[in-house]
Amino acid sequence: MAADTGETPADGFGRVSRTKDVAFRLLALAATLVGIVSLAALLLNVAVDAVGWLDWQFLTNPPHPNPYEAGFLPALVGSIAIMLMIALVTFPLGVGAAVYLEEYADDGYLTRFIQLNIANLAGVPSVVYGLLGLGLFVGLFNIGYGTILAAAFTVALLILPIVIISAQEAIRAVPDSQRQASYGMGATKWQTIRNVVLPRAMPGIMTGTILALGRAIGETAPLIMIAAPTTVFGLPNSFFSKVSAMPLQIYNWASYPQTEFQYGVVAAGVVTLLVVLLTINSIAIIIRNRYQQRT
Amino acid sequence: MTNEQMTSSETEPTDDQLAPTPGTDGLTDTADSGADTTTDRTLLEARNLDVYYGEEQALSDVDIEIPEKQVTAVIGPSGCGKSTFLRCINRMNDLVDSARVEGELRFDGKNVYDDDVDPVALRRKIGMVFQSPNPFPKSIRDNVAYGLKVQGKDDDVDTKVRTALERAALLEEVEDQLDSSGLDLSGGQQQRLCIARAIAPDPDVILMDEPASALDPVATSKIEDLIEDLAEEYTVIIVTHNMQQAARISDKTAVFLTGGELVEFDDTNKIFENPEHERVEDYITGKFG
Repeated sequence: MAADTGETPADGFGRVSRTKDVAFRLLALAATLVGIVSLAALLLNVAVDAVGWLDWQFLTNPPHPNPYEAGFLPALVGSIAIMLMIALVTFPLGVGAAVYLEEYADDGYLTRFIQLNIANLAGVPSVVYGLLGLGLFVGLFNIGYGTILAAAFTVALLILPIVIISAQEAIRAVPDSQRQASYGMGATKWQTIRNVVLPRAMPGIMTGTILALGRAIGETAPLIMIAAPTTVFGLPNSFFSKVSAMPLQIYNWASYPQTEFQYGVVAAGVVTLLVVLLTINSIAIIIRNRYQQRT
Repeated sequence: MTNEQMTSSETEPTDDQLAPTPGTDGLTDTADSGADTTTDRTLLEARNLDVYYGEEQALSDVDIEIPEKQVTAVIGPSGCGKSTFLRCINRMNDLVDSARVEGELRFDGKNVYDDDVDPVALRRKIGMVFQSPNPFPKSIRDNVAYGLKVQGKDDDVDTKVRTALERAALLEEVEDQLDSSGLDLSGGQQQRLCIARAIAPDPDVILMDEPASALDPVATSKIEDLIEDLAEEYTVIIVTHNMQQAARISDKTAVFLTGGELVEFDDTNKIFENPEHERVEDYITGKFG
């Protein structure tokens, strides 16, 4: 019997060329590496630049014309204040809209039209939302250029579609048998939503909202549009305080002539921003994992 | 027939007891009438009941009179409409957008499809147990208390929870872990938990949609014993695809065959020993289905 890979066709079943297999595999690997390697290089570069600049003094001082005394505190606090405000606004609005669309709305043309538009709104460039915020909150409602409220409301509009969509997915993932069990017990729709649907969907809703906040924290364009100051020296003390945010402050430093700003201080700011962002994302992952054990 | 029924439904639905059943005192107050004795009073009655899902007819001209405090089994091949029939009774079909019900379904003399009937209020009188156990991801206590909570019967919840668990033959097994999750129980225990949840608010009727089909034989036999006990206090209607089960536990059996037709409804013994219709005999002896 033909045990070895023989010369004659009768030995085996012939051979099928794997050239394209191998080539495609390498191509796909290369595609993966382009993204990952360049991101890693960027992070490494920034991290190296930030060494010696990112220290306690940087985190606790206000900005300063001297790069060695420049600090990030007002921008850091401003960003966090804006984030908290955004969370307060988007969570109830997003969950409310998602509950309406998933549990109450008939599956008619109107619902589909709204649904389609929410999906489209999620893709609208942020500078457009900035323009809307400028006209609506700063102009019409007159809550002031570059205040915490104006910034939070504007960016909240921007991430609202993302929050709605992720909350809808979480609500849709609640098994129908759970709703049936509740209705079968003589529960009203609200009781079912309140006691069965929302508790079960909550981890998913929280995860989606927190990830959307992670996107919000890096937004710069809408803040520029509503004329948030790039540099603020004091901490905000009311909803109507003028406020800066981390990306704005970084953008501002990058335009300074001194190389100490362009490299060291900017890098320290970027690392701080990324750490806050990754912390937010980790919280989302922890929440998801903690509640996912039970399903 | 149809006209007569329709007109009668429009006149004083609560008082007129259409069912020509013996031994009825004709009044709607059911709570205390003959707690332990088996009466033959009709509690549920369907007349010319048709159900459609969109264009498709799922139940066709069903007439049935279901007696109080007995076990009525509903059997038939897949797609014969037996689950649909069950879900008509507590109007769970209202939750399906495409479902449409015609004809009458009287519960305690009142057509449940009348405009003035609130399906939520109706479901508080008719408990339901589903095919696969669906406890909430809550504690055992909170699962059983769910109906009490949503129905506002929240006095003395602990006693009611224990009573319901005891009636569902589950109390002994879970007495020490009432605060642990209902999902930690085995499949059979979960289903008994769902039964406890259904009976805790003390409904008049318990609907069961193939309650043992997802369970192993031991768990199944526990559920079957339980169902027979439940019939002392509740009217039980159970859909099953298991004919031996129907024969074992039910007093009355309804046989639905393809097309959503109720072909025969009689005492269980009669159905299994000497059915009127050849098609029913063929089905029961396993010639089709």
